[in-house]
Amino acid sequence: MTKNEFSFQHRHILGLEQFSPADLHHILATARSFKAISSRSIKKVPTLRGRTIINLFFEPSTRTRLSFEIAAKRMSGDTFNISASTSSATKGESLIDTARNIQAMNPDVIIIRHSSSGAPQLLTRHVKAAIINAGDGTHEHPSQGLLDLMTVMEHRGRIEGLRVAIIGDIAHSRVAHSNIIGFTKLGATVRVAGPTTFLPPQIASLGATVCGSVAEAVEGVDVVMALRIQKERQNDPLIPSLREYARFYGINREVLRGAADNVLIMHPGPINRGVEMSPDVADGPGSVILDQVANGVAVRMALLYLVLGDEKGGGVGA
Amino acid sequence: MSERIVFTGGRIIDPVSGVDRIGDLAIENGRIVSEVPIDARRIDLTGKWLVPGLIDMHVHLREPGEEYKETIATGTRAASAGGFTAVACMPNTRPVNDEAAVTRLIMEIAENHGSARVYPVGAISRGSQGEELAEYGEMKAAGIRAVSDDGLPVRDSQLMRRALEYAAGHDLLVISHSEERALSRGGSMNEGALSTRLGLRGIPTAAESIMVYRELALAELTGQRIHIAHVSAASAIDLIRQAKARGVRVTAETAPHYFTLTEAAVDGYNTSAKMSPPLRSEADREAVRQALADGTFDVIATDHAPHSVLEKEVEFDRAANGIVGLESALPLTLTLVRDGLITPARLVELLSAAPAQILGVEGGSLAIGVPADLTVIDPDLEFVFTAASLHSRSKNSPFLGWPMQGKAVLTICGGRITHDEIGLRL
Repeated sequence: MTKNEFSFQHRHILGLEQFSPADLHHILATARSFKAISSRSIKKVPTLRGRTIINLFFEPSTRTRLSFEIAAKRMSGDTFNISASTSSATKGESLIDTARNIQAMNPDVIIIRHSSSGAPQLLTRHVKAAIINAGDGTHEHPSQGLLDLMTVMEHRGRIEGLRVAIIGDIAHSRVAHSNIIGFTKLGATVRVAGPTTFLPPQIASLGATVCGSVAEAVEGVDVVMALRIQKERQNDPLIPSLREYARFYGINREVLRGAADNVLIMHPGPINRGVEMSPDVADGPGSVILDQVANGVAVRMALLYLVLGDEKGGGVGA
Repeated sequence: MSERIVFTGGRIIDPVSGVDRIGDLAIENGRIVSEVPIDARRIDLTGKWLVPGLIDMHVHLREPGEEYKETIATGTRAASAGGFTAVACMPNTRPVNDEAAVTRLIMEIAENHGSARVYPVGAISRGSQGEELAEYGEMKAAGIRAVSDDGLPVRDSQLMRRALEYAAGHDLLVISHSEERALSRGGSMNEGALSTRLGLRGIPTAAESIMVYRELALAELTGQRIHIAHVSAASAIDLIRQAKARGVRVTAETAPHYFTLTEAAVDGYNTSAKMSPPLRSEADREAVRQALADGTFDVIATDHAPHSVLEKEVEFDRAANGIVGLESALPLTLTLVRDGLITPARLVELLSAAPAQILGVEGGSLAIGVPADLTVIDPDLEFVFTAASLHSRSKNSPFLGWPMQGKAVLTICGGRITHDEIGLRL
């Protein structure tokens, strides 16, 4: 990795809101420098040797947890997974007590996923370890936002000046929140579209433009991102059926005709094929969905490296 | 302990008697008297205000059932420290105060261990379950002064109508916590740009105003009076103002946090700023302040809601609603006077005369012969509001660490000194 003068000042990774554009570029540059490690035959560097990294997941997750775990292991960190089903959460222990108990075992990083917005911030007030937010409620999912930025940067060489459309359940999507924040901070314009029940109050305040239809939102855009939808949340009637959703808000070849020729197709996964996105779009030209997953590992390696600092361990490329 | 005291040189403010002047006031045998007793102690109150004891018509004392948060003893001690000589306590205890036995228990504990008069509020419905009326007559005989299903607002409009009608027969005030729960369900702060940014489900002001409208319509339909608790939203204030103008028998209160704070206090997931209704926008805060100045609000009440760290040091959306308020209410209300929004006499109306009149209890005035419920306010005293200084068992306040100006320095309830920062007890 090329050392530059930039110094990363963040102890915790709570959301993209905390970062300046320079921070974001620095994280992305760091991630790019780590990416090659994953394509070597021996995918391991000693950077995080002796470091203890806890995955504390209060919500089910396959890819994010695996991605963090792989990221840590490829840097020789020791990882431990705690999921809600095996933790004390079901025994009535509070989040703070759980965290304090983990802290007593002196980990270096706690990666937390939790259904409550702000739970990672709460942890920072009660433990010494660095906290990385792996998704909190409907607030932020910073590593996902970063891997999406990295993927677009890889394919387009820049973020600034691009037009990005995010389609679907914006209101309940931490991925959407982090992406709106990240892309706008780096100079892209972000449009959102979806059923009005899926648009959060005053979404424009985050920097996104609301469009009346998917066709309007994707007109001329460089990136189309569809979000996973869940039909019902908190007994709240949001959409009448997945069928109707697919017809009016699903991404298919037809609706993409107005987009830029080489439009990138993204989805944070897991996809409801035929609902948010037709299979030919998900698997077709322009789809970078699997690149997103690959970049996830690099971004998470970068985040672990940056919060732990480079003063210890064996150096990045060693 | 029955003191014979003459207070001299203080500013006596008693809007009920139309008094606002520097003068003397004497008490003897627990009452205000016209003649200065011969051996009375003279207490100089130069620079201070002497007002009728403050009355908070909306508190949660948590006893019986949640004594780890507050007890009648600690809650009324906090009241006296805040300048209050009487409080009306909401029925959401464990068990719910929905029958005379619970009311009697509260009255008895208050009598033996209280530092202020306690007026229990009974439940509107049994168990506050919103299904059948509680026994208002029995509870009234035991000591309740009002009914409310505070915190568990009555959903069934027919039940609410019957409550208004039936309560009238027992001369009981009905207090409404106005919240349409279908709209607020799952929400934990005001709905708006900040709730979107924090990823917290919002509670729209419509959840409040819709229910306020229903209560006003029912009061109009039945011809009975209703009191709207802790109003936070401009839209609800407009409805109340209009209803008052056409003669609906409605009174309304707001709480100090609604004229002091906005939803911005929630930022950083601060559970000490989580309450129901939630802190609103700056426009709502301004509307609350105007409604205090123009008389739309009759009362300032605290909605004193003690919670321990068990309920507050948790994820924001899981945290309990409510903040302690008894010891910050007066200083925060005094800022309205300094801002020129209300006069000292209006402050006394909002915090003493009006709640007494609306609840139908004694107090709220300094007339000759009434019980000596008095509060001495030093309007200039500067201090920092800290957890260590609180008498409440719980410390869940968004105002900790705030510099404040003006507070109660002496509280006398029925002639008994219940709070003393001027060395009167020496």
